[in-house]
Amino acid sequence: MMAFSAGTAYKADIYRNMPLTIPPKMKFFFEETGHIARFTGKFFTEGFKPRYEFQEFLRQCFLIGNKSLSLVGLTAFILGLVLTIQLRPPLLRYGVEFELPYIVADSVIREIGPVITALIFAGKIGSGIGAELGSMKVTEQIDAMEVSGTNPFKYLVVTRVLATSLMLPLLVIMSCSISLLGAYIGYNIKGQISFELFFGQIFQWLPFSAIIPSLIKTLFFGFAVGMVGCYRGYHSTKGTEGVGRAANATVVISSFLIFLIDLVAVQITDLLGFTS
Amino acid sequence: MTDTTTISRESPPVASQETVIRISGVKKSFGHNVVLDGFNLDLHKGENIVVLGKSGSGKSVLIKCIIGLLRPDDGEIQVFGQNVTELNHDELDQVRARVGFLFQSNALYDSMTVRENLEFPMRRHWIKLSQQEANEMVMEALDNVGLAHTVDMMPIELSGGMRKRIALARTLILKPEIILYDEPTTGLDPITGKEISDLMVELQAKYQTSSLIISHDMKCVERTADKIAVLIEGKCHALDSFDGLKASADPVIKQFFE
Ligand SMILES: Nc1ncnc2c1ncn2[C@@H]1O[C@H](COP(=O)(O)OP(=O)(O)OP(=O)(O)O)[C@@H](O)[C@H]1O
Ligand SMILES: [Mg+2]
Repeated sequence: MMAFSAGTAYKADIYRNMPLTIPPKMKFFFEETGHIARFTGKFFTEGFKPRYEFQEFLRQCFLIGNKSLSLVGLTAFILGLVLTIQLRPPLLRYGVEFELPYIVADSVIREIGPVITALIFAGKIGSGIGAELGSMKVTEQIDAMEVSGTNPFKYLVVTRVLATSLMLPLLVIMSCSISLLGAYIGYNIKGQISFELFFGQIFQWLPFSAIIPSLIKTLFFGFAVGMVGCYRGYHSTKGTEGVGRAANATVVISSFLIFLIDLVAVQITDLLGFTS
Repeated sequence: MTDTTTISRESPPVASQETVIRISGVKKSFGHNVVLDGFNLDLHKGENIVVLGKSGSGKSVLIKCIIGLLRPDDGEIQVFGQNVTELNHDELDQVRARVGFLFQSNALYDSMTVRENLEFPMRRHWIKLSQQEANEMVMEALDNVGLAHTVDMMPIELSGGMRKRIALARTLILKPEIILYDEPTTGLDPITGKEISDLMVELQAKYQTSSLIISHDMKCVERTADKIAVLIEGKCHALDSFDGLKASADPVIKQFFE
Protein backbone atom coordinates (compact mmCIF):
# COMPACT_ATOMS: atom_id res chain seq x y z
CA MET A 1 0.00 0.00 0.00
CA MET A 2 2.76 2.32 0.93
CA ALA A 3 4.72 1.52 -2.16
CA PHE A 4 1.67 2.05 -4.30
CA SER A 5 0.89 5.48 -2.94
CA ALA A 6 4.51 6.47 -3.14
CA GLY A 7 4.51 5.36 -6.77
CA THR A 8 1.49 7.44 -7.69
CA ALA A 9 2.87 10.44 -5.91
CA TYR A 10 6.04 10.12 -7.92
CA LYS A 11 4.11 9.84 -11.14
CA ALA A 12 1.98 12.84 -10.36
CA ASP A 13 5.14 14.73 -9.69
CA ILE A 14 6.49 13.88 -13.11
CA TYR A 15 3.34 15.07 -14.83
CA ARG A 16 3.31 18.26 -12.89
CA ASN A 17 6.82 19.05 -13.94
CA MET A 18 6.36 17.87 -17.46
CA PRO A 19 6.55 21.16 -19.35
CA LEU A 20 9.61 22.27 -17.43
CA THR A 21 11.93 19.25 -17.29
CA ILE A 22 13.32 17.04 -19.98
CA PRO A 23 13.86 13.42 -18.93
CA PRO A 24 17.58 12.98 -18.16
CA LYS A 25 18.06 10.30 -20.82
CA MET A 26 16.58 12.48 -23.50
CA LYS A 27 18.63 15.42 -22.35
CA PHE A 28 21.73 13.25 -22.48
CA PHE A 29 20.83 12.11 -25.99
CA PHE A 30 20.42 15.64 -27.30
CA GLU A 31 23.54 16.90 -25.57
CA GLU A 32 25.55 13.99 -26.88
CA THR A 33 24.28 14.54 -30.41
CA GLY A 34 25.22 18.19 -30.15
CA HIS A 35 28.70 17.35 -28.92
CA ILE A 36 29.32 14.84 -31.69
CA ALA A 37 28.13 17.37 -34.27
CA ARG A 38 30.52 19.97 -32.87
CA PHE A 39 33.35 17.45 -32.79
CA THR A 40 32.68 16.54 -36.42
CA GLY A 41 32.54 20.20 -37.33
CA LYS A 42 35.90 20.68 -35.68
CA PHE A 43 37.29 17.90 -37.84
CA PHE A 44 36.39 19.86 -40.96
CA THR A 45 37.60 23.22 -39.73
CA GLU A 46 40.86 21.99 -38.18
CA GLY A 47 41.59 19.14 -40.56
CA PHE A 48 42.24 21.27 -43.60
CA LYS A 49 44.42 23.89 -41.99
CA PRO A 50 48.18 23.38 -41.75
CA ARG A 51 50.14 21.92 -40.07
CA TYR A 52 49.44 18.59 -41.76
CA GLU A 53 50.44 15.52 -39.82
CA PHE A 54 51.24 13.53 -42.92
CA GLN A 55 53.70 11.12 -41.33
CA GLU A 56 51.35 10.21 -38.53
CA PHE A 57 48.56 9.76 -41.10
CA LEU A 58 50.64 7.27 -43.07
CA ARG A 59 51.60 5.45 -39.89
CA GLN A 60 47.95 5.16 -38.91
CA CYS A 61 47.01 3.92 -42.39
CA PHE A 62 49.62 1.22 -42.10
CA LEU A 63 48.63 0.20 -38.59
CA ILE A 64 44.91 0.19 -39.32
CA GLY A 65 45.26 -1.73 -42.57
CA ASN A 66 47.77 -4.14 -41.19
CA LYS A 67 45.80 -4.90 -38.05
CA SER A 68 42.59 -5.78 -39.84
CA LEU A 69 44.00 -7.43 -42.97
CA SER A 70 44.01 -11.06 -41.88
CA LEU A 71 40.72 -10.95 -40.01
CA VAL A 72 38.92 -9.24 -42.89
CA GLY A 73 40.50 -11.60 -45.41
CA LEU A 74 39.51 -14.74 -43.54
CA THR A 75 35.93 -13.69 -42.86
CA ALA A 76 35.51 -12.53 -46.45
CA PHE A 77 36.65 -15.88 -47.76
CA ILE A 78 34.26 -17.80 -45.51
CA LEU A 79 31.46 -15.42 -46.41
CA GLY A 80 31.82 -16.03 -50.15
CA LEU A 81 32.11 -19.76 -49.65
CA VAL A 82 29.10 -20.12 -47.37
CA LEU A 83 26.90 -17.82 -49.40
CA THR A 84 27.54 -19.85 -52.56
CA ILE A 85 26.89 -23.18 -50.88
CA GLN A 86 23.67 -21.95 -49.32
CA LEU A 87 22.30 -20.25 -52.41
CA ARG A 88 22.82 -23.21 -54.69
CA PRO A 89 19.75 -25.36 -53.63
CA PRO A 90 17.12 -22.63 -54.08
CA LEU A 91 18.60 -21.61 -57.45
CA LEU A 92 18.65 -25.27 -58.51
CA ARG A 93 14.97 -25.48 -57.65
CA TYR A 94 14.20 -22.67 -60.09
CA GLY A 95 16.66 -24.08 -62.61
CA VAL A 96 18.83 -20.98 -62.71
CA GLU A 97 21.95 -22.46 -61.21
CA PHE A 98 24.06 -20.79 -63.90
CA GLU A 99 23.08 -17.45 -62.35
CA LEU A 100 24.75 -18.40 -59.08
CA PRO A 101 28.08 -16.56 -59.64
CA TYR A 102 26.31 -13.36 -60.60
CA ILE A 103 23.84 -13.45 -57.70
CA VAL A 104 26.58 -14.08 -55.15
CA ALA A 105 28.82 -11.40 -56.61
CA ASP A 106 26.03 -8.85 -56.76
CA SER A 107 25.03 -9.32 -53.13
CA VAL A 108 28.61 -9.43 -51.93
CA ILE A 109 29.75 -6.32 -53.75
CA ARG A 110 26.70 -4.19 -53.20
CA GLU A 111 25.78 -5.07 -49.65
CA ILE A 112 27.22 -7.93 -47.68
CA GLY A 113 30.89 -7.27 -48.32
CA PRO A 114 30.86 -3.58 -47.36
CA VAL A 115 28.60 -4.02 -44.35
CA ILE A 116 30.29 -7.09 -42.87
CA THR A 117 33.74 -5.63 -43.41
CA ALA A 118 32.67 -2.38 -41.80
CA LEU A 119 31.20 -4.19 -38.80
CA ILE A 120 34.39 -6.17 -38.31
CA PHE A 121 36.33 -2.96 -38.75
CA ALA A 122 34.21 -1.25 -36.09
CA GLY A 123 34.84 -4.12 -33.70
CA LYS A 124 38.55 -4.33 -34.31
CA ILE A 125 39.73 -0.81 -35.22
CA GLY A 126 36.98 1.38 -33.77
CA SER A 127 37.21 -0.16 -30.33
CA GLY A 128 41.00 0.07 -30.52
CA ILE A 129 40.85 3.79 -31.29
CA GLY A 130 38.32 4.38 -28.52
CA ALA A 131 40.45 2.53 -25.97
CA GLU A 132 43.74 4.07 -27.09
CA LEU A 133 42.55 7.67 -27.05
CA GLY A 134 40.58 7.00 -23.88
CA SER A 135 43.63 5.81 -22.00
CA MET A 136 45.68 8.68 -23.42
CA LYS A 137 43.05 11.05 -22.15
CA VAL A 138 42.82 9.70 -18.61
CA THR A 139 46.60 9.48 -18.18
CA GLU A 140 46.99 13.10 -19.40
CA GLN A 141 48.98 12.08 -22.48
CA ILE A 142 46.73 14.25 -24.62
CA ASP A 143 47.48 17.22 -22.38
CA ALA A 144 51.18 16.39 -22.58
CA MET A 145 50.98 16.57 -26.38
CA GLU A 146 49.23 19.88 -26.16
CA VAL A 147 52.03 21.43 -24.11
CA SER A 148 54.65 19.90 -26.42
CA GLY A 149 53.70 22.11 -29.31
CA THR A 150 51.26 19.66 -30.84
CA ASN A 151 47.63 20.13 -31.59
CA PRO A 152 46.36 16.78 -30.29
CA PHE A 153 43.15 17.09 -32.26
CA LYS A 154 45.10 17.18 -35.51
CA TYR A 155 47.74 14.72 -34.44
CA LEU A 156 45.37 12.11 -33.01
CA VAL A 157 41.88 12.69 -34.34
CA VAL A 158 42.29 14.05 -37.86
CA THR A 159 44.92 11.48 -38.81
CA ARG A 160 42.89 8.56 -37.50
CA VAL A 161 39.62 9.65 -39.08
CA LEU A 162 41.30 10.22 -42.45
CA ALA A 163 43.05 6.87 -42.15
CA THR A 164 39.88 4.93 -41.35
CA SER A 165 38.01 6.72 -44.17
CA LEU A 166 40.72 5.76 -46.65
CA MET A 167 41.54 2.29 -45.43
CA LEU A 168 38.03 0.89 -45.11
CA PRO A 169 37.23 1.27 -48.84
CA LEU A 170 40.56 -0.36 -49.67
CA LEU A 171 39.80 -3.20 -47.28
CA VAL A 172 36.40 -3.59 -48.88
CA ILE A 173 37.94 -3.94 -52.34
CA MET A 174 40.17 -6.63 -50.94
CA SER A 175 37.43 -8.37 -49.00
CA CYS A 176 35.09 -8.44 -52.02
CA SER A 177 37.82 -9.95 -54.17
CA ILE A 178 38.53 -12.62 -51.58
CA SER A 179 34.81 -13.32 -51.15
CA LEU A 180 34.50 -13.94 -54.88
CA LEU A 181 37.45 -16.28 -54.69
CA GLY A 182 35.70 -18.09 -51.85
CA ALA A 183 32.55 -18.22 -53.96
CA TYR A 184 34.49 -19.75 -56.84
CA ILE A 185 35.81 -22.46 -54.57
CA GLY A 186 32.37 -22.94 -53.03
CA TYR A 187 30.90 -23.43 -56.50
CA ASN A 188 33.47 -26.04 -57.32
CA ILE A 189 32.68 -28.14 -54.26
CA LYS A 190 29.42 -29.40 -55.74
CA GLY A 191 29.54 -28.24 -59.32
CA GLN A 192 32.25 -27.56 -61.80
CA ILE A 193 33.15 -24.28 -63.40
CA SER A 194 36.35 -22.85 -64.77
CA PHE A 195 37.84 -19.69 -63.35
CA GLU A 196 37.28 -17.81 -66.63
CA LEU A 197 33.70 -18.91 -66.97
CA PHE A 198 32.91 -18.05 -63.34
CA PHE A 199 34.15 -14.49 -63.59
CA GLY A 200 32.87 -14.17 -67.14
CA GLN A 201 29.42 -14.98 -65.78
CA ILE A 202 29.73 -12.33 -63.12
CA PHE A 203 30.90 -9.47 -65.27
CA GLN A 204 28.46 -10.24 -68.03
CA TRP A 205 25.74 -8.79 -65.83
CA LEU A 206 27.59 -6.82 -63.27
CA PRO A 207 29.13 -3.61 -64.56
CA PHE A 208 32.42 -2.70 -63.07
CA SER A 209 30.92 0.56 -61.86
CA ALA A 210 28.75 -1.38 -59.41
CA ILE A 211 31.56 -1.11 -56.94
CA ILE A 212 31.56 2.69 -56.95
CA PRO A 213 28.48 3.23 -54.75
CA SER A 214 29.85 0.58 -52.41
CA LEU A 215 33.13 2.38 -52.11
CA ILE A 216 31.45 5.71 -51.50
CA LYS A 217 29.30 4.32 -48.74
CA THR A 218 32.22 2.52 -47.14
CA LEU A 219 34.08 5.80 -47.09
CA PHE A 220 31.26 7.07 -44.89
CA PHE A 221 31.33 3.87 -42.82
CA GLY A 222 35.03 4.38 -42.22
CA PHE A 223 34.50 8.03 -41.39
CA ALA A 224 31.78 7.11 -38.88
CA VAL A 225 33.90 4.44 -37.20
CA GLY A 226 36.91 6.76 -36.88
CA MET A 227 34.86 9.72 -35.74
CA VAL A 228 32.91 7.82 -33.10
CA GLY A 229 36.04 6.08 -31.79
CA CYS A 230 37.92 9.35 -31.52
CA TYR A 231 34.99 11.17 -29.97
CA ARG A 232 34.37 8.54 -27.33
CA GLY A 233 38.07 8.23 -26.54
CA TYR A 234 38.73 11.95 -26.50
CA HIS A 235 35.85 12.59 -24.15
CA SER A 236 36.11 9.54 -21.96
CA THR A 237 35.67 10.31 -18.31
CA LYS A 238 38.31 9.80 -15.72
CA GLY A 239 39.42 6.35 -14.70
CA THR A 240 40.16 3.05 -16.37
CA GLU A 241 36.49 2.18 -16.35
CA GLY A 242 35.89 5.09 -18.70
CA VAL A 243 38.38 3.60 -21.15
CA GLY A 244 36.49 0.32 -21.36
CA ARG A 245 33.25 2.17 -21.75
CA ALA A 246 34.69 4.29 -24.56
CA ALA A 247 35.75 1.16 -26.46
CA ASN A 248 32.43 -0.52 -25.94
CA ALA A 249 30.34 2.52 -26.85
CA THR A 250 32.37 2.97 -30.02
CA VAL A 251 31.45 -0.48 -31.28
CA VAL A 252 27.78 -0.12 -30.43
CA ILE A 253 27.32 3.38 -31.83
CA SER A 254 29.36 2.91 -34.96
CA SER A 255 27.71 -0.43 -35.79
CA PHE A 256 24.37 1.27 -35.54
CA LEU A 257 25.57 4.17 -37.67
CA ILE A 258 26.80 1.74 -40.33
CA PHE A 259 23.30 0.40 -40.81
CA LEU A 260 21.86 3.89 -40.74
CA ILE A 261 24.25 5.08 -43.44
CA ASP A 262 23.53 1.92 -45.41
CA LEU A 263 19.85 2.74 -45.32
CA VAL A 264 20.43 6.25 -46.59
CA ALA A 265 22.91 5.05 -49.19
CA VAL A 266 20.49 2.55 -50.72
CA GLN A 267 17.88 5.28 -51.16
CA ILE A 268 20.36 7.55 -52.89
CA THR A 269 21.78 4.90 -55.20
CA ASP A 270 18.24 3.86 -56.01
CA LEU A 271 17.28 7.41 -56.92
CA LEU A 272 20.37 7.76 -59.07
CA GLY A 273 19.59 4.50 -60.82
CA PHE A 274 22.69 2.68 -59.66
CA THR A 275 20.90 -0.37 -58.29
CA SER A 276 20.16 -2.13 -61.57
CA MET B 1 73.30 11.01 -11.28
CA THR B 2 75.09 14.28 -11.59
CA ASP B 3 77.32 15.40 -8.81
CA THR B 4 75.19 17.84 -6.94
CA THR B 5 76.55 17.48 -3.46
CA THR B 6 78.52 20.68 -3.79
CA ILE B 7 75.43 22.75 -4.27
CA SER B 8 74.46 24.41 -1.06
CA ARG B 9 71.43 26.45 -0.23
CA GLU B 10 73.38 28.77 2.06
CA SER B 11 73.43 31.47 -0.56
CA PRO B 12 70.41 31.13 -2.82
CA PRO B 13 70.84 32.87 -6.14
CA VAL B 14 69.43 36.32 -5.89
CA ALA B 15 66.21 36.51 -7.82
CA SER B 16 66.12 39.43 -10.19
CA GLN B 17 63.21 41.78 -10.28
CA GLU B 18 62.13 40.58 -13.70
CA THR B 19 58.74 38.88 -13.37
CA VAL B 20 58.33 35.81 -15.57
CA ILE B 21 54.91 34.71 -14.37
CA ARG B 22 52.32 37.08 -12.99
CA ILE B 23 49.06 35.57 -11.79
CA SER B 24 46.45 38.12 -10.85
CA GLY B 25 42.97 37.47 -9.56
CA VAL B 26 42.59 34.07 -11.19
CA LYS B 27 39.26 32.35 -10.65
CA LYS B 28 38.31 28.88 -11.75
CA SER B 29 35.26 26.77 -10.93
CA PHE B 30 34.01 23.42 -12.15
CA GLY B 31 30.24 23.64 -11.89
CA HIS B 32 29.53 24.59 -8.30
CA ASN B 33 33.00 23.56 -7.16
CA VAL B 34 34.95 26.80 -6.72
CA VAL B 35 38.61 25.83 -6.96
CA LEU B 36 40.52 29.08 -7.45
CA ASP B 37 38.98 32.24 -6.10
CA GLY B 38 41.13 35.24 -6.84
CA PHE B 39 44.63 33.79 -6.70
CA ASN B 40 47.62 36.19 -6.97
CA LEU B 41 51.27 35.27 -7.29
CA ASP B 42 54.40 36.65 -8.95
CA LEU B 43 57.32 34.47 -9.96
CA HIS B 44 60.60 36.23 -10.64
CA LYS B 45 63.43 35.12 -12.85
CA GLY B 46 65.74 32.65 -11.14
CA GLU B 47 63.33 32.01 -8.30
CA ASN B 48 61.81 28.76 -6.99
CA ILE B 49 58.39 29.05 -5.47
CA VAL B 50 56.72 26.06 -3.86
CA VAL B 51 52.95 25.92 -3.77
CA LEU B 52 51.66 24.17 -0.68
CA GLY B 53 48.09 23.11 -0.26
CA LYS B 54 45.88 20.26 0.79
CA SER B 55 44.95 17.53 -1.64
CA GLY B 56 42.19 18.80 -3.91
CA SER B 57 42.87 22.43 -3.11
CA GLY B 58 43.55 23.26 -6.77
CA LYS B 59 47.32 23.22 -7.12
CA SER B 60 47.29 21.19 -10.30
CA VAL B 61 44.47 23.31 -11.66
CA LEU B 62 46.56 26.40 -11.00
CA ILE B 63 49.57 25.29 -13.01
CA LYS B 64 47.36 23.92 -15.77
CA CYS B 65 45.89 27.40 -16.07
CA ILE B 66 49.41 28.82 -16.40
CA ILE B 67 50.31 26.56 -19.31
CA GLY B 68 46.94 27.13 -20.97
CA LEU B 69 45.53 23.64 -20.53
CA LEU B 70 42.67 25.09 -18.53
CA ARG B 71 41.16 28.48 -19.11
CA PRO B 72 40.52 30.55 -16.00
CA ASP B 73 37.02 31.95 -15.61
CA ASP B 74 38.40 35.30 -14.60
CA GLY B 75 41.71 37.04 -13.96
CA GLU B 76 44.92 37.30 -15.88
CA ILE B 77 47.99 35.12 -16.22
CA GLN B 78 51.07 36.66 -17.80
CA VAL B 79 53.96 34.44 -18.83
CA PHE B 80 56.97 36.35 -20.18
CA GLY B 81 54.69 39.38 -20.23
CA GLN B 82 52.12 37.76 -22.49
CA ASN B 83 48.60 37.08 -21.34
CA VAL B 84 48.19 33.35 -21.96
CA THR B 85 44.42 33.50 -21.84
CA GLU B 86 44.37 35.72 -24.90
CA LEU B 87 46.99 34.06 -27.09
CA ASN B 88 46.10 32.09 -30.19
CA HIS B 89 47.35 28.57 -30.75
CA ASP B 90 50.66 29.46 -32.41
CA GLU B 91 51.56 32.16 -29.93
CA LEU B 92 50.71 29.83 -27.10
CA ASP B 93 52.98 27.17 -28.60
CA GLN B 94 55.85 29.64 -28.66
CA VAL B 95 55.36 30.35 -24.98
CA ARG B 96 55.05 26.63 -24.23
CA ALA B 97 58.36 25.89 -25.94
CA ARG B 98 60.02 27.96 -23.20
CA VAL B 99 58.07 26.40 -20.34
CA GLY B 100 58.56 22.86 -19.02
CA PHE B 101 55.67 21.03 -17.43
CA LEU B 102 55.99 17.93 -15.29
CA PHE B 103 52.66 16.15 -15.00
CA GLN B 104 51.58 14.69 -11.69
CA SER B 105 50.66 11.49 -13.52
CA ASN B 106 53.90 11.61 -15.61
CA ALA B 107 51.90 11.37 -18.85
CA LEU B 108 54.54 9.36 -20.69
CA TYR B 109 53.39 8.20 -24.12
CA ASP B 110 52.71 4.46 -23.73
CA SER B 111 53.08 3.72 -27.41
CA MET B 112 56.58 5.21 -27.69
CA THR B 113 59.95 4.17 -26.37
CA VAL B 114 61.78 6.33 -23.84
CA ARG B 115 63.86 7.80 -26.65
CA GLU B 116 60.79 8.71 -28.70
CA ASN B 117 59.17 10.16 -25.62
CA LEU B 118 62.11 12.50 -25.12
CA GLU B 119 62.40 13.36 -28.80
CA PHE B 120 58.73 14.22 -29.08
CA PRO B 121 58.91 17.79 -27.69
CA MET B 122 62.05 18.54 -29.72
CA ARG B 123 60.53 17.42 -32.98
CA ARG B 124 57.19 19.03 -32.33
CA HIS B 125 58.47 22.47 -31.42
CA TRP B 126 60.08 22.76 -34.86
CA ILE B 127 63.56 22.54 -33.48
CA LYS B 128 65.97 21.70 -36.27
CA LEU B 129 68.41 19.06 -35.10
CA SER B 130 70.50 16.40 -36.75
CA GLN B 131 69.92 12.85 -35.56
CA GLN B 132 73.26 12.97 -33.79
CA GLU B 133 72.46 16.15 -31.89
CA ALA B 134 69.08 14.75 -30.94
CA ASN B 135 70.70 11.58 -29.64
CA GLU B 136 73.17 13.58 -27.60
CA MET B 137 70.42 15.67 -26.06
CA VAL B 138 68.42 12.57 -25.21
CA MET B 139 71.41 10.89 -23.57
CA GLU B 140 72.32 14.03 -21.65
CA ALA B 141 68.78 14.38 -20.33
CA LEU B 142 68.72 10.72 -19.31
CA ASP B 143 72.11 10.99 -17.66
CA ASN B 144 70.79 13.85 -15.58
CA VAL B 145 68.21 11.55 -14.03
CA GLY B 146 70.51 8.52 -13.96
CA LEU B 147 68.54 6.39 -16.41
CA ALA B 148 70.69 6.25 -19.54
CA HIS B 149 70.28 2.48 -19.79
CA THR B 150 66.50 2.69 -20.28
CA VAL B 151 66.71 4.59 -23.57
CA ASP B 152 65.20 1.83 -25.70
CA MET B 153 62.67 0.55 -23.20
CA MET B 154 58.93 1.15 -23.23
CA PRO B 155 57.39 3.14 -20.34
CA ILE B 156 55.38 0.08 -19.30
CA GLU B 157 58.64 -1.75 -18.47
CA LEU B 158 59.73 0.89 -15.96
CA SER B 159 58.93 1.22 -12.29
CA GLY B 160 56.84 4.10 -11.00
CA GLY B 161 59.83 6.07 -9.76
CA MET B 162 61.72 5.50 -13.00
CA ARG B 163 58.75 6.78 -14.97
CA LYS B 164 58.72 9.91 -12.84
CA ARG B 165 62.38 10.47 -13.60
CA ILE B 166 61.87 9.88 -17.35
CA ALA B 167 59.02 12.38 -17.25
CA LEU B 168 61.36 14.83 -15.55
CA ALA B 169 63.99 14.25 -18.23
CA ARG B 170 61.39 14.94 -20.90
CA THR B 171 60.38 18.14 -19.15
CA LEU B 172 63.97 19.35 -18.94
CA ILE B 173 65.19 18.31 -22.37
CA LEU B 174 64.45 21.63 -24.04
CA LYS B 175 66.19 23.56 -21.24
CA PRO B 176 63.05 25.54 -20.43
CA GLU B 177 63.29 28.94 -18.80
CA ILE B 178 60.34 28.26 -16.54
CA ILE B 179 59.58 24.85 -15.11
CA LEU B 180 56.28 23.87 -13.54
CA TYR B 181 56.74 20.78 -11.40
CA ASP B 182 53.66 18.89 -10.23
CA GLU B 183 54.90 16.71 -7.37
CA PRO B 184 58.37 15.88 -8.68
CA THR B 185 59.42 13.65 -5.79
CA THR B 186 56.18 11.88 -4.92
CA GLY B 187 56.61 8.13 -5.06
CA LEU B 188 60.39 8.24 -4.98
CA ASP B 189 62.61 6.83 -2.26
CA PRO B 190 64.28 9.45 -0.02
CA ILE B 191 67.65 9.08 -1.75
CA THR B 192 66.34 9.55 -5.26
CA GLY B 193 64.04 12.26 -3.95
CA LYS B 194 67.04 14.12 -2.64
CA GLU B 195 68.86 13.70 -5.93
CA ILE B 196 65.91 15.10 -7.83
CA SER B 197 65.66 18.04 -5.43
CA ASP B 198 69.36 18.71 -5.88
CA LEU B 199 68.96 18.53 -9.64
CA MET B 200 66.21 21.11 -9.45
CA VAL B 201 68.40 23.44 -7.42
CA GLU B 202 71.33 22.84 -9.74
CA LEU B 203 69.27 23.75 -12.80
CA GLN B 204 68.16 26.92 -11.10
CA ALA B 205 71.75 27.91 -10.31
CA LYS B 206 73.15 26.93 -13.70
CA TYR B 207 70.53 28.25 -16.10
CA GLN B 208 68.73 30.81 -13.91
CA THR B 209 65.49 28.89 -14.44
CA SER B 210 62.43 29.90 -12.53
CA SER B 211 60.23 27.19 -11.11
CA LEU B 212 56.83 26.73 -9.61
CA ILE B 213 56.92 23.54 -7.59
CA ILE B 214 54.00 21.64 -6.16
CA SER B 215 55.10 19.29 -3.45
CA HIS B 216 54.05 17.67 -0.21
CA ASP B 217 57.52 16.36 0.45
CA MET B 218 58.84 18.73 3.13
CA LYS B 219 62.44 17.65 2.54
CA CYS B 220 62.13 18.64 -1.10
CA VAL B 221 60.33 21.84 -0.17
CA GLU B 222 63.03 22.83 2.29
CA ARG B 223 65.77 22.12 -0.20
CA THR B 224 64.27 23.81 -3.23
CA ALA B 225 62.04 26.64 -2.06
CA ASP B 226 63.11 30.27 -2.10
CA LYS B 227 59.56 31.13 -1.15
CA ILE B 228 56.46 29.16 -0.30
CA ALA B 229 52.96 30.12 -1.36
CA VAL B 230 50.21 28.53 0.70
CA LEU B 231 47.06 27.88 -1.31
CA ILE B 232 43.98 27.80 0.88
CA GLU B 233 40.39 28.17 -0.27
CA GLY B 234 41.42 29.26 -3.71
CA LYS B 235 43.58 32.15 -2.55
CA CYS B 236 47.23 32.69 -1.83
CA HIS B 237 46.96 32.60 1.94
CA ALA B 238 50.61 33.37 2.69
CA LEU B 239 53.87 33.89 0.84
CA ASP B 240 57.11 33.64 2.75
CA SER B 241 60.39 31.77 3.06
CA PHE B 242 60.50 28.24 4.52
CA ASP B 243 61.83 29.44 7.85
CA GLY B 244 59.43 32.34 7.95
CA LEU B 245 56.42 30.07 7.52
CA LYS B 246 57.79 27.48 9.91
CA ALA B 247 57.89 30.10 12.62
CA SER B 248 54.39 31.28 11.78
CA ALA B 249 51.78 31.24 14.52
CA ASP B 250 48.91 30.77 12.06
CA PRO B 251 47.34 27.37 12.90
CA VAL B 252 46.40 26.73 9.26
CA ILE B 253 50.02 27.09 8.19
CA LYS B 254 51.36 25.18 11.17
CA GLN B 255 49.56 22.04 9.98
CA PHE B 256 51.86 21.76 7.00
CA PHE B 257 55.00 21.76 9.14
CA GLU B 258 53.97 19.11 11.64
N1 LIG C 1 38.90 18.64 -15.29
C1 LIG C 1 38.24 18.79 -14.14
N2 LIG C 1 36.90 18.76 -14.13
C2 LIG C 1 36.21 18.92 -12.99
N3 LIG C 1 36.77 19.13 -11.79
C3 LIG C 1 38.10 19.17 -11.74
C4 LIG C 1 38.92 19.00 -12.90
N4 LIG C 1 40.21 19.08 -12.54
C5 LIG C 1 40.21 19.30 -11.21
N5 LIG C 1 38.95 19.36 -10.72
C6 LIG C 1 38.58 19.62 -9.32
O1 LIG C 1 39.35 20.69 -8.88
C7 LIG C 1 39.76 20.47 -7.55
C8 LIG C 1 41.26 20.65 -7.43
O2 LIG C 1 41.93 19.65 -8.15
P1 LIG C 1 43.50 19.59 -8.28
O3 LIG C 1 43.82 18.45 -9.15
O4 LIG C 1 44.01 20.91 -8.66
O5 LIG C 1 43.93 19.27 -6.79
P2 LIG C 1 45.43 19.26 -6.21
O6 LIG C 1 45.54 20.41 -5.31
O7 LIG C 1 46.38 19.14 -7.33
O8 LIG C 1 45.38 17.93 -5.35
P3 LIG C 1 46.49 16.77 -5.24
O9 LIG C 1 47.48 17.24 -4.25
O10 LIG C 1 45.70 15.62 -4.72
O11 LIG C 1 47.04 16.53 -6.59
C9 LIG C 1 39.29 19.10 -7.15
O12 LIG C 1 38.16 19.26 -6.34
C10 LIG C 1 38.89 18.44 -8.44
O13 LIG C 1 37.77 17.65 -8.24
MG1 LIG D 1 47.54 17.71 -8.12
